[in-house]
Amino acid sequence: MANKRIDQPTGTPTVGHEWDGIEELDTPLPRWWLWTFYLTIAFAVGYVIAYPAWPMIDRATEGVLGWSSRGELAEEMSAADQARATVREQLARIPIERLPEDGPLMQQAVAGGAAAFRVNCVQCHGSGAAGSQELGYPNLNDDDWLWGGDLKAIEYTLAHGIRQAGDDETRSSVMPPFAGAFDTDQLNALTDHVLAFSGKAESNPVGAQIYADNCAACHGIRGEGDRAQGAPTLNDAIWLRGSSREAIKQQILNPRMGMMPKWEGRLDPVTLKMLAAYVHSLGGGEDFVEVAEDPEVAVDEQP
Amino acid sequence: MNNPEDNRPPGERDWSVVVEDGIAKSNQPVSGAIADPAATTRRHEPHEPAREHLPERLYEPRKAVHNKRIDGPFRRFKWLVMLVTLGIYYVTPWIRWDRGPYAPDQAVLVDLANRRFYMFSIEIWPHEFYFVAGLLIMAGIGLFLVTSAVGRAWCGYACPQTVWTDLFQHVDRFVDGDRNARIRLDAAPWTWSKVARRAFKWSIYLFIGFWTGGAWIMYFADAPTLVQNFWRGEAASVAYITVAVLTLTTVTLGGFMREQVCIYMCPWPRIQTAMMDEKSLLVTYKDWRGEPRGSVKKAAKNPDRFGDCIDCTQCVQVCPTGIDIREGPQIGCITCGLCIDACDRVMDDIGRPRGLIDYATLEDCEREAAGEAVKSPWRTLLRPRTIAYTMIWAGIGGALLFALGTRSHTELTVAPDRNPPFMLMSDGSVRNSYTLKIRNMESRPRAMEIAVEGLPGALMWTDTINRDEASATQRVTVPADLVRAVRAYVAVPVGTAPQQFEFRVTSLDEQRETDVVETRFDAPEDE
Repeated sequence: MANKRIDQPTGTPTVGHEWDGIEELDTPLPRWWLWTFYLTIAFAVGYVIAYPAWPMIDRATEGVLGWSSRGELAEEMSAADQARATVREQLARIPIERLPEDGPLMQQAVAGGAAAFRVNCVQCHGSGAAGSQELGYPNLNDDDWLWGGDLKAIEYTLAHGIRQAGDDETRSSVMPPFAGAFDTDQLNALTDHVLAFSGKAESNPVGAQIYADNCAACHGIRGEGDRAQGAPTLNDAIWLRGSSREAIKQQILNPRMGMMPKWEGRLDPVTLKMLAAYVHSLGGGEDFVEVAEDPEVAVDEQP
Repeated sequence: MNNPEDNRPPGERDWSVVVEDGIAKSNQPVSGAIADPAATTRRHEPHEPAREHLPERLYEPRKAVHNKRIDGPFRRFKWLVMLVTLGIYYVTPWIRWDRGPYAPDQAVLVDLANRRFYMFSIEIWPHEFYFVAGLLIMAGIGLFLVTSAVGRAWCGYACPQTVWTDLFQHVDRFVDGDRNARIRLDAAPWTWSKVARRAFKWSIYLFIGFWTGGAWIMYFADAPTLVQNFWRGEAASVAYITVAVLTLTTVTLGGFMREQVCIYMCPWPRIQTAMMDEKSLLVTYKDWRGEPRGSVKKAAKNPDRFGDCIDCTQCVQVCPTGIDIREGPQIGCITCGLCIDACDRVMDDIGRPRGLIDYATLEDCEREAAGEAVKSPWRTLLRPRTIAYTMIWAGIGGALLFALGTRSHTELTVAPDRNPPFMLMSDGSVRNSYTLKIRNMESRPRAMEIAVEGLPGALMWTDTINRDEASATQRVTVPADLVRAVRAYVAVPVGTAPQQFEFRVTSLDEQRETDVVETRFDAPEDE
């Protein structure tokens, strides 16, 4: 079939086929191209031997180098863990009271806490830690703290949670429901008195009397609250569940009380410390009233 | 394939001569692969031997170029340029430059790890890369300028490919002898002595290639430290890879491919062609003087018949790219002028005037051929086009220098927190949080003052300054040559409306550089 001939003007053989008088020259491939092609073949052989290549039924061939992308990832992860180990080590050994004195370590703790916060806390407190008034998740950016806003108090709250069943040390407070205890006028008077603490309404003797009889024990005479028992401050601008009359009445009659899980046991102590540092750094953190001379620290030997 | 109007019997050519515009043009086929000087000058027909058969091959094997040794003004200039360019390349990384304790003391350093570029007293940050872009544009326009004035001077003297090729050709000459000896050795069978010579020569190639790559990496790290680490095997693997790659490319491109890079690979000769015109200086063979060629003996017998060219082919022998300049301007000509040196020497020897091959513009060649006076070199160089290029070039340079001289070494960027946008505090005041980035481009730590302006009653504290010390201005120290991020909390009294205000950062030193950024204060709108 083939009818190869040499094309006179070019001196190149034709491929031997002819289509309506059109013939194709069989120009040889450029040599550099051909050698590059052979090189790629040689490379491919080496590659197939050295690296995972042939797909089998449940996995690919392993390759003599034993490399795998999973293995590489695991290596990089462990390298990153090791790089963090020193910081974790230091954090494990420093009492949280002393943490603010070590600026760089505090920064590392805040950064680590921010990462842990995004994984464990944003579900309720929100990605900006602003909480939710409607659902009663506290805002962590402000300077109003139900249970104390220094590093130690924050760490304690994180570790033991709030109203967490099964933890003897959990933060716990109960606001009794007053449904049926007051008539409408009394309730209005009491609401006015509570709002008067922050200047939002006029006080009145009836409300003041009811408040003194029923509320002052926990919330204080001037509504200053009590952190020891977790009674909210009533004389400031921040209202966990809203400052409208309806919201306040609702909270008097049928108080809703939130719950925070305990994180001790779920997160390691170093992560808790970092989380405390992060929450403290959000802008409302408080200083320690006094720092013990040599605070004790329980060192977890495996941070 | 055949011209239908062509009624000659097949296989026979039409040798008749057509006269157009008073110029005789033969119908002899001329390969498109051979440059047609008439196309540019329109003066004469090429003196190519008639070709019965045109070899049309897609691959042309390299014909080795064994250029002959020559001395003359252009060769000396080439030596000088080689010395200067290689000197700059190898010495620059070793120049020290004191910048104080907070910056490296290497005069020219591309510090990729810390993202800084140092050049003597100039330090460039990544966001100022337009300075580098400007320099590159200046280099481009500089090439335009040089090309339109003196043709491919860049190719002939300063291009790294030319410099290294020249170096390798000198190595050839040093090891194997001059042109004839090298041609003989090339043709000789592979005896042990040839193997030894080649091995010796190629090891010199490798040595040069290695030092080329070795000098390159010095620009990217502290040179003395890198040298130590390199030989101890402690340098970064990228250093070894770079040296290996550059050794390979230097030996391949400079040692073996040489003029092929210029002729087949480089885009620059093609671009330059568009930038040259009849007023550009280029190496030209004055064919009206040289043609027809004839030896001295023939010319003595027949004085009026022959031109000045004695066909000694010295110009071809000394050419580093192996071309014949007498075929006219062509892409293989890098205008290094070595053929001028060779031809002038021959002309001196046989007592004919110099300049048969010369740096000349095509316009001047026309004039000279017509017996008119040629332009002075200054008038050749100073013409609107070159002046315009010079002014654009200088304008960009001036603008860059101005920008460099007036740039501030203190800068501020402000990112307000969007989540949450504002924060109600227990005393009813409203707080906003901002991330400030304060940039200190001086190589020393500087105290800076951050001030809140245009926000009545505002108090500011930061992640390191306690709320007890809140005030409208705060003072922070920014480390040398770094950006410091500061979280700033700004609180205003109850009832402040949302509004625009400004952060101002001022360096507390004699420079008192300042930067102002306007941003927004968010507050609850109801209530």
